[in-house]
Amino acid sequence: MDALEQIRFVWKPVVFVLCLVPGLLLLGDTFEITGTLGANPVEEIQDRLGNWGLRFILIALAVTPLRRLTGWNWLARFRRMLGLYAFFYTLLHFLVWLTLDQGVLWSAIVEDIAKRPFITIGFAALLILTAMAATSTNGIRRRMGRRWQQLHYGAYVAGILGVWHYWWQVKKDIRDPLIYAVILAALLGLRVWFHYRKTSQRRRASMAG
Amino acid sequence: MLIRKPSDIRPSEITSRENYLNRRQFMAAGAAAGSIALASPVLGAVVPPGDFAKLPDVRKSEFSTDETPTGYDDVTTYNNFWEFGTAKDDPAKNSKDFEPRPWRITVDGHAEKTGSFHFDDFIKPFDLEERIYRMRCVEAWSMVIPWVGISLADVIRHHQPTSKAKYVAFETLHDPVRMPGQRRPVLEWPYREGLTIAEATNPLPILAVGLYGEALPNPNGAPIRLVVPWKYGFKGIKSIVRISFVEEQPDTSWNMAQPWEYGFYANVNPEVDHPRWSQARERRIGSGRFVSKQPTLMFNGYAEHVAHLYSGLDLRKNY
Repeated sequence: MDALEQIRFVWKPVVFVLCLVPGLLLLGDTFEITGTLGANPVEEIQDRLGNWGLRFILIALAVTPLRRLTGWNWLARFRRMLGLYAFFYTLLHFLVWLTLDQGVLWSAIVEDIAKRPFITIGFAALLILTAMAATSTNGIRRRMGRRWQQLHYGAYVAGILGVWHYWWQVKKDIRDPLIYAVILAALLGLRVWFHYRKTSQRRRASMAG
Repeated sequence: MLIRKPSDIRPSEITSRENYLNRRQFMAAGAAAGSIALASPVLGAVVPPGDFAKLPDVRKSEFSTDETPTGYDDVTTYNNFWEFGTAKDDPAKNSKDFEPRPWRITVDGHAEKTGSFHFDDFIKPFDLEERIYRMRCVEAWSMVIPWVGISLADVIRHHQPTSKAKYVAFETLHDPVRMPGQRRPVLEWPYREGLTIAEATNPLPILAVGLYGEALPNPNGAPIRLVVPWKYGFKGIKSIVRISFVEEQPDTSWNMAQPWEYGFYANVNPEVDHPRWSQARERRIGSGRFVSKQPTLMFNGYAEHVAHLYSGLDLRKNY
C-alpha cells in the first residue's frame, strides 16, 4: 500500500468513525445507555449538536494553517470529510430545533427565523454549509472551476456566523463562546498573516530581480 | 346492641393486613415528624429523598395547582443560581459545602419592626404552608414545584411598614468565600430584587423555606428564598439576608445588567417576547424527550389573582 492508499483505506475510515463518536454518544445518552441528558434533554441535544457543528467548522478551518505550518500536506485529504461533518452536526442541530424544540409549528419557526437575529444568522450559516456540502464532489468541483473556490470561502463566513449565533444566544456569561471566537480569530488571522508574508516576499523578490 | 351479620359488612370496610401495616408505618412516620399534612399529589409523584429534616405542621393551600410536580432531582439539579456558577448543574455541584445556618435576616427601612433576626425567630410567627406553584423561567422552561413557605404578605404586615414604604427590596448573601460564583463579576453582587408593596402584600408570594416537605436544599436558595409565581424565575431571589422597605423603586440585578432585556416587573407574559427569543411557549422540565413545548399562560396562569395589580399599566413598556 502506498501512502495515498493508506490514507484512503486506513486513515480516512478511522477519522470517519472518530468524527461519529460525539453523535453516537449523544444517541447513547438519549436512550440512557451511555449516560443521561439531564433535566432538559431537548436543550442538551440541541446544544451538543450545535457545539459539534461549530467545532467541526473550526477543525476544518484549522487544516490549511496546520498544513502550512507543519508542511504535512496529507492533512488536506481530510478537509472535505471534516467540512461535511460540520454540515452533518449543524443540520441535525437545526432539525432537532425544528422538531423537538419547535414541534414543527411552522408559524413559530418562520417567525423565529425572521424575527430573532441569532436564529437568522444561524440559519444563514446552515445555508452556506448546505451549498458547500452540495458542491463537495470532485466532479462538481471540476465543473465549477474558479467559482468553486469562491463559494467555499463561505467557510469563513459560516465560522463567523456560527460563533456569533452562539455568542448572541448566551444569557450573559460569554466565556464559552469567547473560546470559540479566539480560536476562530487565530485561524483567520493566520491566513491574513500567510497572505501578507507571501505578497511581501514576492515584492522583495521582484525588487531583488 | 346491633350485631351485624357478615353479609352486612361491605367489602370496602375490610382492610387488608398489608394496608393495615402500611397505615401503621405511615402513622408512625407522621408521628415522628410531628404530623405532617402533605398534599397527596406530592406523595403520589415523587418521594423526597429524606436528605433533610421534615418540616412540621405544614398546611395545604388553596393556591396550589393540581398539576404533577416536577421530580425532586430535576428541581434540585437544574437551577439558575449564579452565586454558585452559571451552568445549570453548577449550583448542585458547588453548593454542597454551603452551610445555611446560623443565618440572620436584616429588616430595615420604613417599618416599625426593624432589626436583625435569627432565621428561626424570623419565621416563627408564621404558619408553614405547602404551595405547589408553576415556575416559569425567563429562558422559556418551566417546572411545578411543591414549596413550603410562609406568606410574604403576613411577613410584611408583621413588620408594620409605614406609609413611606412603597417598595420592598431584597438582597442575597454576599460572601465570595461561601458562594464561589461571586468571585467572578458576571453580575453586580449582591443579587438584588424588589416588588411593589402591592405585589408583596398579594396573597400569592411566599418566602420559601422548604421543598417537597423538607428543608430547602442549597441549590434552591437555602435557607430562605422568595417565590413570586406570576413573575419570571429570576425575581425569586435566593438565600435572602436583607429585606428593606423603601420609597423609591429599588435596583434589581438583571435590570441593572441588561435593562433592554429585563425590566423591574418581569411578569410572565406570552405576548411580550424577550428581545432574543419568544415567550409564547415553554418547555416543561420532566415532560420527556419527545414532548413539544406548551403554551405559556398570561401571568403564568395566576391572572385572576394578580391582573388587577397592573390595570392601566402598559405591560409592553413595563416588561
